Amino acid sequence: MTKRRENALKAEKRRKAVMSVVLTVICIIYVLPVVSVAVNSFKQNTYVKTDTFALPNSETSAGFDNFIKGMTFGNYPFWKSVVYSFVITVASTALIVLFTSMAAWYIARVNSKFCKAVYYLCVFSMVVPFQMVMYTLSKTADTLKLNTPWTIPVVYLGFGAGLAIFMFVGFVKSIPLEIEEAASIDGCGPVKTFFSVVFPMLRPTMISVGILEIMWVWNDYLLPCLVLDLNKYRTIPIHIQYLKGSYGTVDLGATMALIFLSIVPVIVFYLLCQKYIIKGVAAGAVKG
Amino acid sequence: MKRRKLSPMRKWGWLFLGPVVIAFAIGFVWPFCQGIYLSFCKFTLIRDAKFNGISNYIDAFKDASFMHAFWYTALFAVVSLVLINVLAFTVAYLLTQGIRGSNIFRTVFFMPNLIGGIVLGYIWSMIFDGILSRLNTSILLETRYGFWGLIILMLWQQIGYMMIIYIAGLQAVPEDMLEAARIDGASKWQTLWRVTIPNVMPSITICVFLSLTNGFKLFDQNLALNGGGQPFQQMADGSVVKTTEMLALNIYNTFYGTNSAARGTAQAKAVIFFVLVAGLGLAQLAYTRKKEVQQ
Repeated sequence: MTKRRENALKAEKRRKAVMSVVLTVICIIYVLPVVSVAVNSFKQNTYVKTDTFALPNSETSAGFDNFIKGMTFGNYPFWKSVVYSFVITVASTALIVLFTSMAAWYIARVNSKFCKAVYYLCVFSMVVPFQMVMYTLSKTADTLKLNTPWTIPVVYLGFGAGLAIFMFVGFVKSIPLEIEEAASIDGCGPVKTFFSVVFPMLRPTMISVGILEIMWVWNDYLLPCLVLDLNKYRTIPIHIQYLKGSYGTVDLGATMALIFLSIVPVIVFYLLCQKYIIKGVAAGAVKG
Repeated sequence: MKRRKLSPMRKWGWLFLGPVVIAFAIGFVWPFCQGIYLSFCKFTLIRDAKFNGISNYIDAFKDASFMHAFWYTALFAVVSLVLINVLAFTVAYLLTQGIRGSNIFRTVFFMPNLIGGIVLGYIWSMIFDGILSRLNTSILLETRYGFWGLIILMLWQQIGYMMIIYIAGLQAVPEDMLEAARIDGASKWQTLWRVTIPNVMPSITICVFLSLTNGFKLFDQNLALNGGGQPFQQMADGSVVKTTEMLALNIYNTFYGTNSAARGTAQAKAVIFFVLVAGLGLAQLAYTRKKEVQQ
């Protein structure tokens, strides 16, 4: 009896070890695309297509030329698109987290018809694909001068409010009312109650919403492409699309260098905030 | 008591709701309403819009490229849905069995989700062309390469995402149920089918709908990997169909293509697209509601 159990345990252990090896191999295959971007960013243009999967050697290597060339590639300085991407992402996320949490608290606590209408419109907006509003939205944004990196966060707040409000309202409803009542008995007005009592309690949802918005805005291509004045302002995805999508010969080496540069910060961000990112994604996904 | 508490709050409604309501009106409500209206108009700019009834919708349904894009998208969505969910569930199942290194595997599998669609598209177009150039062809030259290439890309991106949801579901399966199955002498396979899967049904529903709508709404990856819908195919009536063009891209190409007179048709297509995607979303809501009631 004990012998049989021992054998079974041993077999189980062996199976797990095998699975561990198999998964390791799959993982290595999984990161290969990213590795190959890194490798190819050090190759000369013509060799990217012919020797995609070889390491650069003395003949094919371009050293850091691709990175230097890439900086001014496509008649637009790369650093500018990095700055604009950064400004837009940070400002939009901050606006969304601040204003939607305020609105969500009000909606959850005040039972008026207007609040209900706003809430249901927000839920509704989550199922509307961007193509439905893209033309009219870009025209409206143009008219209202929302076509710069400093004003486009308003558009993001408008189009992205749905999911954020939905998540915040769900969380606020789980906070006991007594805490806020105590604050108001102690003489706090609604504004002070929100910012010094409710706001700190919303932290977990704020992180989830913030992560989801950062991932969305940083990677978004079509909205900024249609809204921004592209002669002056480009984000990283727009810049890369312009390089590859433009006519004439494309310098693949330099493009890979820029793609590599744009992935590195994202992966660093991911490794640093992994726990929050995975939690945030799980929280956002459950509600669709 | 309650009334006295609420009235000071309402005085501040403009502050709490104001910013979101204004931005929401600019960023969603107004463009949405205008979009519905324009789908019944002939226009090249919003200023010169002229009402012309449902002829935009008739044009949209007569458009061979739109119908092609619809079937192509539907096929893509279904194939990717099945593959993504089967693989993601398998990975999630393995990663909840206490295998050494599970956390690292999870980290790696989720990683592609943080890379944007345009960048993903160009990474994979480099890889596919690196392989296909040896066969003297390109992903832009053959529809089947374009289709399966996009499937591989989506698997690489989405498996990690769905895996996270499945892991959360699997971890919530009650331990005593699994224990009871073990004591009753159920095999691993029986336990999986009879105990585990029925218990993670909510996660499966979410993932199925998510991958379905993701498939239908796909744009960035399609634009980048398939070069805007290549290869082209000449139809019998002289029109050109882009064979790997999906719905969202088809709408975009109709809006911003060379023929600006087709913008009315494009907006009508967008409304049809919206009805389709919203229909899927509402079906999900209704379905999950029903499930919740049963439990």
